[in-house]
Amino acid sequence: MTTLTTAVRSTVAVNRTLIASATFVAFGLADILLFGLFSHGDATFAFAQFGAKVGVPNLVLPAAPVAYALGAVSIAIGVLRATVPLSRAGRRACIAGAVLAFVISLLCWADAGNSTALNVINLLQGTVVYSIPLILGALAGVMCERSGVINIAIEGQLLLGAFAAAVITSAFSSLWLGLIAGSLAGGLLGGVLAVFAIKFLVDQIILGVVLNVFASGLTGYLYDRALVPYQNRLNSPVTFSSVKIPLLGDIPIIGPVFFDSTIFLYITYAMIALVQVGLFRTRWGLRVRAVGEHPTAADTVGIKVLATRYRNVLMGGLIAGIGGAFLTIGQVGSFGKDMSSGEGYIALAAMIFGRWTPLGATAAALLFGFSTSLQSILATLNVPIPSNILLMAPYIVTIVAVAGLVGKVRAPKADGQPYVKA
Amino acid sequence: MKLELKGITKRYGSLVANDHIDLTVEQGQIHALLGENGAGKTTLVNVLYGLAQPDEGEILIDGQPQHLGSPSHAIKAGIGMVHQHFMLVPVFTVAENVTLGMERTRVLGLIDRRRTRRDVRELSERYGLQVNPDTLVEDLPVGVQQRVEIVKALLREANVLILDEPTSVLTPGESQELFRIMRELRSGGRSIVFISHKLKEVQEIADTITVIRRGRVVGQRPPTTSDAELASLMVGRSVQLRVTKPPASPGDVRLDVQGLTVAGEEDKSALDEVSFQVRAGEILGVAGVQGNGQTELCEALLGLVPAAAGSVRLEGQDLTHATPRQRLHSGVGYIPEDRQEDGLVAGFSVGENLILDVYNEPPYSSGIALDRGTINKTAAERVADFDIRTTSTATPVGTLSGGNQQKVILAREIGRDVRLLVASQPTRGLDVGSIEFVHRRIVEERDQGVAVLIISSELDEIYALSDRIAVMYEGKITGFRDPDVPPEELGMLMAGASDADAAAFGAAADHGQIAGGEAADETGLMEAGLYGVGLPGVAGNRREPADEGPAAGDGTHADGSDGSGSGSQSGGTQSGGSGSGPADDSGADPE
Repeated sequence: MTTLTTAVRSTVAVNRTLIASATFVAFGLADILLFGLFSHGDATFAFAQFGAKVGVPNLVLPAAPVAYALGAVSIAIGVLRATVPLSRAGRRACIAGAVLAFVISLLCWADAGNSTALNVINLLQGTVVYSIPLILGALAGVMCERSGVINIAIEGQLLLGAFAAAVITSAFSSLWLGLIAGSLAGGLLGGVLAVFAIKFLVDQIILGVVLNVFASGLTGYLYDRALVPYQNRLNSPVTFSSVKIPLLGDIPIIGPVFFDSTIFLYITYAMIALVQVGLFRTRWGLRVRAVGEHPTAADTVGIKVLATRYRNVLMGGLIAGIGGAFLTIGQVGSFGKDMSSGEGYIALAAMIFGRWTPLGATAAALLFGFSTSLQSILATLNVPIPSNILLMAPYIVTIVAVAGLVGKVRAPKADGQPYVKA
Repeated sequence: MKLELKGITKRYGSLVANDHIDLTVEQGQIHALLGENGAGKTTLVNVLYGLAQPDEGEILIDGQPQHLGSPSHAIKAGIGMVHQHFMLVPVFTVAENVTLGMERTRVLGLIDRRRTRRDVRELSERYGLQVNPDTLVEDLPVGVQQRVEIVKALLREANVLILDEPTSVLTPGESQELFRIMRELRSGGRSIVFISHKLKEVQEIADTITVIRRGRVVGQRPPTTSDAELASLMVGRSVQLRVTKPPASPGDVRLDVQGLTVAGEEDKSALDEVSFQVRAGEILGVAGVQGNGQTELCEALLGLVPAAAGSVRLEGQDLTHATPRQRLHSGVGYIPEDRQEDGLVAGFSVGENLILDVYNEPPYSSGIALDRGTINKTAAERVADFDIRTTSTATPVGTLSGGNQQKVILAREIGRDVRLLVASQPTRGLDVGSIEFVHRRIVEERDQGVAVLIISSELDEIYALSDRIAVMYEGKITGFRDPDVPPEELGMLMAGASDADAAAFGAAADHGQIAGGEAADETGLMEAGLYGVGLPGVAGNRREPADEGPAAGDGTHADGSDGSGSGSQSGGTQSGGSGSGPADDSGADPE
C-alpha cells in the first residue's frame, strides 16, 4: 500500500522532469536529424559591420558536424536533467543551453554551402530593434497587471501612439514633440481603459479588445480622411537617427548591437530598469504588487487601491505609447493602417511568458524579436524551404520551450478583478 | 487607552445591523463580543475600523470623539484589527506584509530591507511571537499567519486590538497559544476586543462579555456567567444545549473504506491512505482543522473526485469507481459542507430542490416529462415533516434562511431510504434552533440503523454527535478515539501529533500530571511548538466528559466556524439572502 501511494505521489514530480528532459532530447534530435543531415558544406558567419573601427574576422564552421555536436550536447543536457537533481539556476542554464544549441544549428543549416556569409551583427541588431515595441508593450502590460488591471489594449496603445507620433512630428517638424505625443496617445487610451475598468467595472478582457478595435477604426478612418490627402503635411515624419554611445559603441559585436541605435533603445533600457527596480525594490512597487495581489489587504493598511490602479494603468499607457511612436518615428517613417500588426498581442504573450516581471518579459520579447529578425535575414539567403515554413520555426521553438520547459505561470491574484469597497 | 462607542447605529437599507450600540472597552481589558452569526458583530467592528460609516452615534477614544472614515484613520487612532480572513498577501514575506503601508525606506523610496527585518524581529520577540521575517506568508500555518497579523497591528502601535473570530481557523492548541499572546498584550496595557460565538472561549479569556443579539446589546456579563445564561442571552430564549442521545447500538459494518487516497496539488496527496469503518446505527465523527482532507474525503466517498488508490465498500458492494448517481442509488445520503454552492440550486423552487437527486425516476417523472403533481405533493409533505418555513413549495430556495435551506437538504437526503449518511459541517452558519433540529434528525437516522459519518471542524459538534471520533491531519487519519477523550488530546491529533504521543499526553493530563505547556518538552513535541501550535493548556479549559453531555455544545457553535467566505466580511453581502446576513434565520424561525 505504501509503495503504491509513494508511486502516486511522485508521479507528478517525475512527469515534470521527464517532460523537460524529453523536450531537451527532442531539441537535440532536431539539431541532428533536421539541421545536421540536411547541411552540406560550410557555414560562414560575418561579425563585421561596415565602417567599424575594429575588424572581426569571419567565422567558418562545417555545418553538419557542428549541428551533430550541438545535438549531442542537447541530448546530454536532457539526460543530465533526467538523472541529476538540479537547482533552479541549473535548470534555467539547461534551457538556455538547449535553445542556443538549436538556434546555432539552425543558422548553420541555413547558411551551409551558401556563398553569402550570414551576418550575425545584422541578425542581432534586428533582434534588438524588433524587440523594442514588444518590450515597451510588455512593460506596459506588467505595469497594469501588477496593479490588478488586465491590459489587452496594448495593441491599440501601440497603434494610437504610432499615429500620433507620425502626425505630430510631421506637422510640427519636431521629433521630440512627436515622441511625447505618441506617449500621451498611449496614455490616453490607458486612461479610457482605467476609467471603464476601475470605475465602471467593465469586463477587462472585452474592454481591451473593444479598445483595440476602436484604435484600429479611429486611426484607419483618420488615415483615409486626413493622412492620405495631406500625406506631405501630416504623414511624412522624419525619423530619429542612431546615436552611438562613445566607447561602448566601439566594442566589437556588442557595441553595434546594443550601443548604436536610436534614442528608443536607450529609453527602453531605462524603462526596463525603472520598472524592474521600481516594482521589486521600492515602496511604490511593494504597494502596487499588494494592490494586484490582495487589494482588500492593501486597503486595510491605508493604501489607496483605486488611485494606485489609475496611476499604473496610465503609466502603462504612456510606456506603450512610446513603443508605438517607435513604429513610426523610430523605424518606418510614415504611418500605415494597422501597422502594429499584432505586436501588442505578442507583447502580451511576452509579459505572460516572462511571468509578469520586466526582465522576464524582456527576455521573452527578445526571443520573439529574434524570430522576426531571423526571418528577414533568412530571406536574403537561398534557403531551400519556403520562407513561410521557415518563419514558423522560431515560434515553434518558443511554444515548445514554454510548454515543455517553463513551469506553471502565476498571474497576480487580483488581476482583472475590479475592487469594490465593502 | 479607553474606547467608547455611543449609540452606534448602522443600517443597510431597511435592515438595522447595529441598533444604538453602547460599548466601553477599558484599558488593559479583554472585552468579548458574543453573538450569533448575523447578530451584527462584524458590522460593528467594521464601523470601528473605518470600513463602514455609522449612520448615528459616535466613537470616542480617551474621551475624544473620532471620525473614522477609513482604516487609515482607525490605524492613526490606535485601533488595530485582525480580520477573520487574514489581510495578508500570500506571496509576500512576513516582513513585507507587516510593514506594508508603512515601509522603512531609504532614498528614492527604495525599501530598507535590513531595517524592516530587524524591526519585525524585535517586535515579535518582545511579545514572544515567533515569526521569521523572511518566510513567505503562504508557507506559514494559519496560526502563525494570525501572529503575523498581530505583529502588523502592533507595529502600527495599536492600543486597541480587534480580533474577529480569531479561533475559528485554529486548532485547540493554537487557540491556547493565541490566548497566551492575548494575555501578554493585556498585561502590556493594550485593550482587546475579542469577537466570538464560542461560549467556552469567551468565558476563558474575557474580562467582560457583551452579548449582542439582532444588532442590539442585550446584556453585559462577567466571565463567570453560566453557559446557559449566556446562550439564552445570545439566542433570546432558553435553549436545549445538549442533544439527548441514547447510547448507540452498532450493527454490522456498513461503510468500509480502505487505504483511500486522493491526489492533491503538486506531489502531495489530499487524502492519504485513509481507512475506517462505520457500522450501522453508529455515528463516526471526523474532527480536524478545515483543509486537512475532509473535503476530499467527502468528495471521494461521493465519487466527485477519483480515488488514486484504495477502496470504498458499502454493505460489501464495491463503490470505489462508481459514479455519483450509482452511489446515491446504493443509499448514500450527502449533506455537503457548502450548501449554497453544492447543496442547492438557489434559483430553483423548494419543491425542485427536494427532488434534485431523483428527478428522473418514477414517480417524479415518466418518460421525458416531470410529474409536477407528485413533485408538489411530496414537497408539501417534506416541508411539513421537516418544519421548513417557506411561503410555498414554489418559493426559490435561495430566498430561504440558512437554517431552512439546510432543512431542505436534510429533507432531500434523508427523506428517502438511505443506508449511509455523509454530513459535512451540517450546522455551519445555523442558529441554535436549527442546530437543535439538524442534530436531532441526524441522531434519529442513526437510531433507525443508518451509518452516519459526520465531518466537522467544530469540536463541540463532534462531541455532541459522535459515537466514535476520527481525527484528520494533512490528509491522514491520525487516530480514533471514544467520545470521552479529553479535547486536549484531540487537539494534539488535530495538530498532527502521533497517535501514541497524543494518547500518552491524554493519559497524563487525565491524571493531572502535566501543568500547562511545560509538558511540551517532556513529550518531545516541540516541533509542534515551532509552529506555535503549542500544547493546549490543561488548567481552566478541561471539558466535562462527554457522558455528562457535551456541555454547551449546541450553543457554542451557533454560527459555524468561519461562517461563509463572504457574508461575514461586508455589510453589502450581509443584506443579501446569503444565509449569513444579520437577519439570518430570524425572520423564518419565529419563536
